[in-house]
Amino acid sequence: MGNENIGKKRYMVMLVENNAGVLARISSLFCQRGFNINSLNVAETDNPHVSRITVVTHGDDDTLGQIIKQTAKLVEAETVYSVEEDTAILRELLLMKLRCEDDAQLEMILAVANNRNAKVVDVSDKTAIVEFTGTEERVDALIRRFKEHGAKIVELCRTGATAIEKGKSN
Amino acid sequence: MQYTGAQIVANVLIEQGVDTVFGYPGGSALNLYDALYEYKDKIKHYLTAHEQGAAHAADGYARVTGKTGVVIATSGPGATNLVTGIATAYMDSVPMVAITCNVNTPLIGRDSFQEVYIAGITFSITKHNFVVRNVDELADTLRKAFEIAHTGRYGPVLVDIPKDITAAKAEFTPKKKITEKKPKIKGDSIEEIAKIINGSKKPVIYFGGGVRLSGAGKQMKELIDKADIPAAYTIMAAGVLDYGEKNSLGLIGMHGNYSANAAVNEADLVLAVGTRFSDRVALNTSKFASKAKIVHIDIDESEVGKNVRADYSVVGDVKQVLTKLIPLVKQRKNAAWQREIAKFKKNDYKPKDSKSRLTPHQIVSDICEMAGKNAIYATDVGQHQMWAAQYIKHTTAEKFLTSGGLGTMGYGYGASIGAYAASEGKRRVIHITGDGSFHMNMNEACTAVSYGMPIITVIFNNKVLGMVRQWQTVFYGKRYSQSEPERQTDYVKVAEGFGAKGYRCTTPDEFRKAFAEALTSDKPVWIECDIDREERVLPMIPAGGTLEDAIIG
Repeated sequence: MGNENIGKKRYMVMLVENNAGVLARISSLFCQRGFNINSLNVAETDNPHVSRITVVTHGDDDTLGQIIKQTAKLVEAETVYSVEEDTAILRELLLMKLRCEDDAQLEMILAVANNRNAKVVDVSDKTAIVEFTGTEERVDALIRRFKEHGAKIVELCRTGATAIEKGKSN
Repeated sequence: MQYTGAQIVANVLIEQGVDTVFGYPGGSALNLYDALYEYKDKIKHYLTAHEQGAAHAADGYARVTGKTGVVIATSGPGATNLVTGIATAYMDSVPMVAITCNVNTPLIGRDSFQEVYIAGITFSITKHNFVVRNVDELADTLRKAFEIAHTGRYGPVLVDIPKDITAAKAEFTPKKKITEKKPKIKGDSIEEIAKIINGSKKPVIYFGGGVRLSGAGKQMKELIDKADIPAAYTIMAAGVLDYGEKNSLGLIGMHGNYSANAAVNEADLVLAVGTRFSDRVALNTSKFASKAKIVHIDIDESEVGKNVRADYSVVGDVKQVLTKLIPLVKQRKNAAWQREIAKFKKNDYKPKDSKSRLTPHQIVSDICEMAGKNAIYATDVGQHQMWAAQYIKHTTAEKFLTSGGLGTMGYGYGASIGAYAASEGKRRVIHITGDGSFHMNMNEACTAVSYGMPIITVIFNNKVLGMVRQWQTVFYGKRYSQSEPERQTDYVKVAEGFGAKGYRCTTPDEFRKAFAEALTSDKPVWIECDIDREERVLPMIPAGGTLEDAIIG
């Protein structure tokens, strides 16, 4: 099998029936076939009967092809396709709670956030929450940046990427 | 008109042309069984000893009739007992609808008595499954289940119905039986495939269960004859070609003929039809048909390139694709290639006959001769299964029921019961088994006795778990770990205990006599055959190996 693109991040979009159990069925399939999931993101679309799932996985072209073909066989899967980084908008949301116990820490947090277009959406007694949307790489970079400035992460959550292709009207 | 959910189930079964079901009742299924009582004139229900037997029976019924098999079980253990049967059907692409009842909706999720989440358990062994949460959706859900089971690549679908849904009432209007829509043919152009075939010098066809499932036996034979292409088949396609067919190379793969495997090795074109390059065929995927262009024809797109890379592929119903392909293929003779094939055939393994002791190939050969061309064969799994696949003198009229994908020991008796029900007593059903497999589900003898099914079970008794032991002989330095159970079962007595008839044979003459008597019996018969435990299934290519690793004698 082809060895190109091994380990490369791949993005897969699935439109599925919004039924109970559909996510379990998809995870079961990935699990059984040994497909890796880096992240998985699912939510209802403008059509309440349809959910949109974005899966970030990795592997070579053959592996991705198998994942798509196996997933497309699921009765509840309406459309399954892969999208490429350069022809799609990829975004994920980061919420990160940082220790913020004095003015110096708060200043640092505000400065880093400002510099990277992240928002500080909550400042409590001892913590502050940073919100950021961007590509996975930019989210990684922001987290690194905070660490470099000595920020202490209390909790962190990221949604995993969601993707939409540029252009195309249908 | 208002019907209960249970009556709706019965009515949808009738509407979809189901007149035979297999199953086992229980608490959650009481309403459904009450409806089956009401509709017993239209739906014949076979009660088995165990739900697994019922699932295998529905599977055997489906394989013989080509219709969707139906199995019914109650919640909890009833449902879990179906699992092996459903997985067997899934691996061999057998159309099946499994109906399980579940506990009342308010009790679901509370670890109630006999509650399991069977939908979750069967995610990966069904094409799809449903939990019915509203009686108004019941009829259409069942119809959808029948449609999915018998569309595209066939397979099992499970419908789980909580007990209160079977009691609730809803409007029901019968609809038409769902007709199968064949998918559009996709992939490389058939003209191009024909060109490749016409330009090949050493073509080989390797075909599998897809040919049988799409009813393309005639087309397969036509293509083989027209272009003079040697053809090997997987166990799932045993019986598509008649025994002795000129271009037949017999079984391919681990226990396949030397000539079949050599032909694929040397071929410049392998046309893989309705098959999936399993690890029992393409033992070493990187070396399989390494000199050949591979053309893959299959209904399931996900099979293309899954195990072995295909250079060309056509995705569609095998019969439709072959029908389009045949007129484009040139009529020809491949004399040079056939001479090479003839040389390969000289290396094919030939077992030695014996007059004094029972040998597997002679037993199988005697069975075929005496049971006639119309007999249906069901096997369990292990050495006897391979001997049956290798030595049955297959005819296209015969059906060969075997668990090829999952390799389910204990499949055969249930499948035989389903096959007998399907043939309405008009065809002879022979169950070939080993003493290991038979101990798994011999309890279904009671079913065969209750329904007066004269199924003949031939037990290859070597007193060991033969296939396990064969691997231990070859690969584990004869360290026979747990493969020599030393069972003392008296098959004649056990058969009689069930109300069947038993024979014990140690010589070919005794066997022929017992089998002749069995053919006149009106009740099930068991014939125990003494087999030497050192008998091996040959030839054998070890897992992951190539023809060079073959053990020939």
